[in-house]
Amino acid sequence: MEIALSGLTKRFGAATVLSDVSLRLRGGRVHALMGENGAGKSTLIRVLAGVIPADSVTLTRDGRTLPLRSARDAAGAGFRFIHQELNVVPQLSVAENVLLGHPLPRRAGVLVDWRAVNALAGRALQTLGVTHIDVRRQMGDLGMGDRMLARIAAALVADGTRPTLYVMDEPTAALSAAEAERLFEVIGRLTQEGAAVLYVSHRLPEVLGICHDVSVLRDGRVALSGTVADTDAPALIAAMTGRAAAAPFRRTGGTGAAVAQALGIATPALLGIDLTLHQGEVIGIAAPDDGSATALLGLFIGRGRVTAGRTDVLGRPGPRSPRAAWRRGVAVIPRDRRAEGLALPMPVMANMLMAHLRTPFPRRRVEAARARALGEAVSLKARGPWQAVAELSGGNQQKVLFARAIAGDPKLLLLDDPTRGVDIGARAEIHALIAQATARGCAVLVASTDLPELLALSDRIVILRGGRQVALMPSEGLTPADLLTRLQGAA
Amino acid sequence: MTERLRTFGTLIGLVAITVFFAVQLPDTFLTARNLLNVSQQISMLAVVAFTMTIVMAMGDFDLSVGSMASLAGIVAAVAFVNGWPVWAGVALALVAGLAGGLLNGALVAWAGILPFIATLGTLTIFSGAAFLVSGGATIFGRDIPEGFGTFARSGVPVAGASVPALTLVACAVLLVVWVLLEHTSYGRKLYAIGGNAQAAWLAGLNVRALRLSAFALTGLGAAVAGLMYASRVASANPTQGAGLMLDAIAAVFLGMTMGRQGEPRVLATLVGVLILGVLDNGLTQMAIQSYVREVLIGAMILAAVAISALGRRA
Repeated sequence: MEIALSGLTKRFGAATVLSDVSLRLRGGRVHALMGENGAGKSTLIRVLAGVIPADSVTLTRDGRTLPLRSARDAAGAGFRFIHQELNVVPQLSVAENVLLGHPLPRRAGVLVDWRAVNALAGRALQTLGVTHIDVRRQMGDLGMGDRMLARIAAALVADGTRPTLYVMDEPTAALSAAEAERLFEVIGRLTQEGAAVLYVSHRLPEVLGICHDVSVLRDGRVALSGTVADTDAPALIAAMTGRAAAAPFRRTGGTGAAVAQALGIATPALLGIDLTLHQGEVIGIAAPDDGSATALLGLFIGRGRVTAGRTDVLGRPGPRSPRAAWRRGVAVIPRDRRAEGLALPMPVMANMLMAHLRTPFPRRRVEAARARALGEAVSLKARGPWQAVAELSGGNQQKVLFARAIAGDPKLLLLDDPTRGVDIGARAEIHALIAQATARGCAVLVASTDLPELLALSDRIVILRGGRQVALMPSEGLTPADLLTRLQGAA
Repeated sequence: MTERLRTFGTLIGLVAITVFFAVQLPDTFLTARNLLNVSQQISMLAVVAFTMTIVMAMGDFDLSVGSMASLAGIVAAVAFVNGWPVWAGVALALVAGLAGGLLNGALVAWAGILPFIATLGTLTIFSGAAFLVSGGATIFGRDIPEGFGTFARSGVPVAGASVPALTLVACAVLLVVWVLLEHTSYGRKLYAIGGNAQAAWLAGLNVRALRLSAFALTGLGAAVAGLMYASRVASANPTQGAGLMLDAIAAVFLGMTMGRQGEPRVLATLVGVLILGVLDNGLTQMAIQSYVREVLIGAMILAAVAISALGRRA
């Protein structure tokens, strides 16, 4: 089976977002789609999903032309989608979320047969190898990783049409390493059944590890297309960014005075946390996706109840609220930038300066100038301080949060998965911003689900298992595999 | 172009309504006297709507403003009955408004009750309290000091016309709220909470204290409006503020259609208030039933919001 997309062009007003793009997706193979934010990946996926019509496109399956004007056409062609943003209904049960959009099994034609609903959803999760999620729980109670698994399961629910193509938009962004492994197994099974997979990811190791073919978009055109075997990481980075790969991130290391300390901390989510963070030092938090990393970061902004132990920040007891934290020079970048970080409809300026409204009567012109300077400092790509952050790409939204964090010249930076869903170019820029901060003597506590990144960024790594601190060690010499083993408790 | 049309659509609506009445009522509508009259008629609604904009900037709203206005009028009147001087009665009523607003704020910010439910509860409480304090009767006549009643009928001469005192009060409140929301960090913080309360909290804003203070200001505004009303009719009645709440929310919503992202702005609220006021005045002069007015206002709000929503989607 072969699905071919050719001559795809899409304009928004004067801007050409996709220009004569062609893709050839073969059954049984995983095709990676790469590109920086704004390269046109999202638009391509939305065209494939029939959500937005292309200005011109030809879709063929095994030589037969198929229509592609609506979501119904996409479903009829057998396309299934796992979108990047988690579209879940937190109030409904996991089972209902998995079956969302499908008719629920019923008794006597009217009453919902809940037992059948739960069984059906349970089976969908089982195909993913997931058994630890109770499908009767409310979706809102699940962690990010589990939500993503439920969303993936939803795409696997059979509905009569034969799936021909699975489109996965950064499916591992919120998954732990172990969960990602399980997903890769599922992808293997799907391709064995003859379906094609279009796999969108920023993560080079994943692309090189599980994909057969790769296409790279740059500025709405195909910059590179071929088999993965014929290419390598530098070539892909060059194709994405249009320039040679930058030197890998170099940490500076820190041995200065203690900036923050956690001493014998216990909370409902954590146990035995003991660490001291020094000036210019980066400590990485390696933890399964159970919220413990977020809880550890939250210790230093007074988030959550502490039952034993104490924190110190800059020689004084740790702040008891985010407000007190910011005033003490602690800056926060939360995990979920849409839910916890940004006021999406509001301008770049308001989002950057939200944490720094100190003068009672600010002048807009002064604020705009400050926002512009901050935007330059983080190499933000925006039309100006007045643009709504909702209109920015994920990487640029993250840079707005960085601008907010560095605006107060912080002494301690708390970063919760700062490069999640961010493209390679922006990722390197964010790494550089972290390096700049540490060079100024700022201490950084960072959590990431991307273990290679975590190792590259950190001087030391703290490993949490079940919320308990099991190790605090230099990252020098550790490999992602070592870390994974320690996380899973085999060592 | 559509962006412009959307932003200024509500303003164009106001102009269109004004032109319509100017043509229909050529001798009476566009006269200085009538316009000053309109400004006085809408002054109470304006004060409530302006201060309502403060809580709505945070994405909350306050249903209790109408009954708080009634209660404030009653509190002042009962104080007068007991021989308190004008300033003391007025101060007591303002304190009541502030306290009621603080109660709303505490329920929303500390108890975590949804504003709709919290202020629905206090609406009933304030309204019951107004009946309790007054014994259910209208307080008027000799009990109301002369100075209190004459204030609403006084005016300041400007260019040959007498600008009503109540209009000036409304203008002063507008100025204060405008400075507060548009030119202070306090206002920026309220809009930040409206944009994303969780993000605002994590960015170090004292969300609880800000919520509390915003509701307190809205309660204070309601009390001011209640006093204006009582002064204007030189009496206090436990139901006289009842109509204010829905009209105030309607005015803010009409104004919100003008915001870039549908956010409430106090100058836009002014446009909303003017639309309601002009419509009221014009239809009354044309001797059209007040029921028709209600149908018209409801339809206008829906039309404005629908056009704004459709325009944003395009």
